[in-house]
Amino acid sequence: MTATDTAIAGGVTTQRRGLPGWLLGLVLFLAFCAVRTLTDESDITSVGTFQAALTLAVPIAMAGLGALWSERSGVVNIGLEGMMALGTWFGAYFGWKLESPWFGLLFAALAGMAGGALLALAAVNFAVNHVVAGTAINIFAPGLASYLSGALFVGIPGAGPKQSPPIEPFTTVTLPGAGWLDDLNAKGWFVISDIAGIIGGLITNVSLISIFAVILFVVSWFVLWRMAIGLRIRASGENPWAAESLGVNVINIKWLAVLVSGFMAGVGGMALVNQTTKYVANQTAGRGFIGIAAMIFGNYMPGGTAAGSGLFGYSDALQLRANSAVVALLLFVAIVTLVFALNSFLKGKAISGIVLVVAAVLIFLVWLSFGEGDQLATQFVAMTPYLITLVVLAATASTLRAPAADGVEYRRGEH
Amino acid sequence: MSRGQRIGYALAGPGIAIVIAFLISAVIIALAGINPFSTWGTVIDFTTSTSNMVEIVNRAIPLFLAGLAVAVGFRMNLFNIGVEGQYRLAACVAAAAGGAALLPGLLNTLLIIIVAMLVGAVWAGIAGVLRVTRNVNEVVATIMLNYIAFNLANWLLNNPFKYQVEGSSNVSTEPIPDSAWLEGFGIGGNDLWGFLWIAILLGIGYSVVVNRTRFGFDLRASGENAEAARASGVNAKRMILAAMLISGALAGTIGLPILLGTEPHAYDLSFSEGIGFNGIAVALLGRLAPVGMVFGALLFSFLDISKGAFQLEGLAPELVIVLQGTILYVAILADEFMREKQVKKAQEIAAARVESKPSDASEVKA
Repeated sequence: MTATDTAIAGGVTTQRRGLPGWLLGLVLFLAFCAVRTLTDESDITSVGTFQAALTLAVPIAMAGLGALWSERSGVVNIGLEGMMALGTWFGAYFGWKLESPWFGLLFAALAGMAGGALLALAAVNFAVNHVVAGTAINIFAPGLASYLSGALFVGIPGAGPKQSPPIEPFTTVTLPGAGWLDDLNAKGWFVISDIAGIIGGLITNVSLISIFAVILFVVSWFVLWRMAIGLRIRASGENPWAAESLGVNVINIKWLAVLVSGFMAGVGGMALVNQTTKYVANQTAGRGFIGIAAMIFGNYMPGGTAAGSGLFGYSDALQLRANSAVVALLLFVAIVTLVFALNSFLKGKAISGIVLVVAAVLIFLVWLSFGEGDQLATQFVAMTPYLITLVVLAATASTLRAPAADGVEYRRGEH
Repeated sequence: MSRGQRIGYALAGPGIAIVIAFLISAVIIALAGINPFSTWGTVIDFTTSTSNMVEIVNRAIPLFLAGLAVAVGFRMNLFNIGVEGQYRLAACVAAAAGGAALLPGLLNTLLIIIVAMLVGAVWAGIAGVLRVTRNVNEVVATIMLNYIAFNLANWLLNNPFKYQVEGSSNVSTEPIPDSAWLEGFGIGGNDLWGFLWIAILLGIGYSVVVNRTRFGFDLRASGENAEAARASGVNAKRMILAAMLISGALAGTIGLPILLGTEPHAYDLSFSEGIGFNGIAVALLGRLAPVGMVFGALLFSFLDISKGAFQLEGLAPELVIVLQGTILYVAILADEFMREKQVKKAQEIAAARVESKPSDASEVKA
């Protein structure tokens, strides 16, 4: 168990302790800033990158929040990808027809909830295996979206069977002080400019849908952890039979949670449409699934889900903005691996420590093999978010705890 | 319960699903302002031509293989959602290996098959190892591996495996020499792909392994009650790894009927997509049984081919995907419903037998 794992799980470990979580975080952050300074890749912590990271993180975060609601109630929701796809199509169609992104948002959320209803009917009422039911939705939803595009978008100027006409995006707001932070970021000072870039990026040109997403996170946390209904939802995910014996209508509770889950996925779909200002076929590109991964990585908690989504949003932003910065990041990955190796040695786990040192050296050699201005093949850049998801899960999954009855095919009165 | 009754219960789910899906599609077609009956007439005319019927069987072969690959994992509640990525990467590498013509004739065919199965198994194996050693959920892992595989195959195609006819902009792997193709047999001037025989053998092999071997028993036991299986000495980690590797190896074969059976005998950017995802549907429609999956594959292939007929009627061909999705969704619901009915019925029969036993005994005494 590594120190961050311990920090995430918040658990007590009988093993020798590694570095404390805050120190590990600080070391990694300093290494991050140092890589930016040494490689002179200003995009690693530029205002523009973090602004893009926030925008790109929002759809993933909404899928992750959807997963949180559903899985906390004990329903595994693989169908988020499909529900998100429904959100993109209906959001774009009504955003265009009714000439307002807010109407788009409304219908995207409703379409996501319709997808949620399909999952709830199958998984909750019929007790179909949740992965199977979700997969059916993932086959059905993009098919419906492309059929509707073929039927309703063909022949409209600027649109076609693979995309909708453009819609008006949500208004963006910039908080005071952003300009000053941008200037500070441009100075290129170690740590100071990096922090200015991160904060500046998060308060410059923020779309109203991003702010809406933040509000949904706060509300979700409050409902799930501070209200009676939230306790019932979580009880249904941990032990539905116990909840049932206390008079909770588990079927209704699960329905509610899955509908909210679909709502979140629909909002995430609209956030995607807002980025491209139109529906594009298959634009979800696995973001629903990455959202689930972000939620697992975040240990089934809202804060962790947000952090995980931020990580994926950042890797997405960096690969879109600057190819060379992704190469520079390899150096950072090598350092991270080395720090974890040190941590393993401190905890007396020599074998995993040696494996990590070898990995760090290999990554470092790969980084060295890139000359000045060398480009990473686009396909490898495109892989980054998925690869990071896998690596992060491999590093953390064994210490995470899912709700005890997550994915169980619950039937009333059995057990 | 008699064999007939059991088959009846098994068929009810897909049957109900097809009827409901066709009713829904009739509504959708009518909403588009087109007569559904004339549409179905066109579909039947279109799909009953000899060439299209052969094509339906041909296109069902990869779908059936995909169903097999998915079913191996699903038997033990192990969800390999990564069949899509496994077969595309495997097809890309196997096509390049075959195109290099390292071996003569049918030995080359054998090499292609082995390479494809190895690549598929390795790719699925990554998810298996992550699950066993790091406890990473195989659903998420295989989905992420899908996206990595698509990009990797794309990169391989454009770099080490790149083959371009001069003056053409079409990039593919080097075509497989004709000595390695699997000769099909002609029906009315249309070739039925030669890989059909291998697919049938694999189907029989699956059936024998799952139903008649210790491994198959452990597989089914792990799926039905993982705790009980573990208690009876089944090594859960080994089963997960083995199921993942077999599933991946079968997934590797999905692209081969196409590579060995039809032009351009190479992997390119327009290589068939989506078979892996549809394989999930085929496996579920066929209730993880080989014969059922044959019909599932034929149904999905039939719907794919009928896209052409929908286009003739002025309908967006994606209607077929809506239909396929609807059939799958309703089938899994109806299946679960029928399964519960079947369990109840079986319990009633058993209960009746238990009640009648003591009276039998008393009669003997008297």
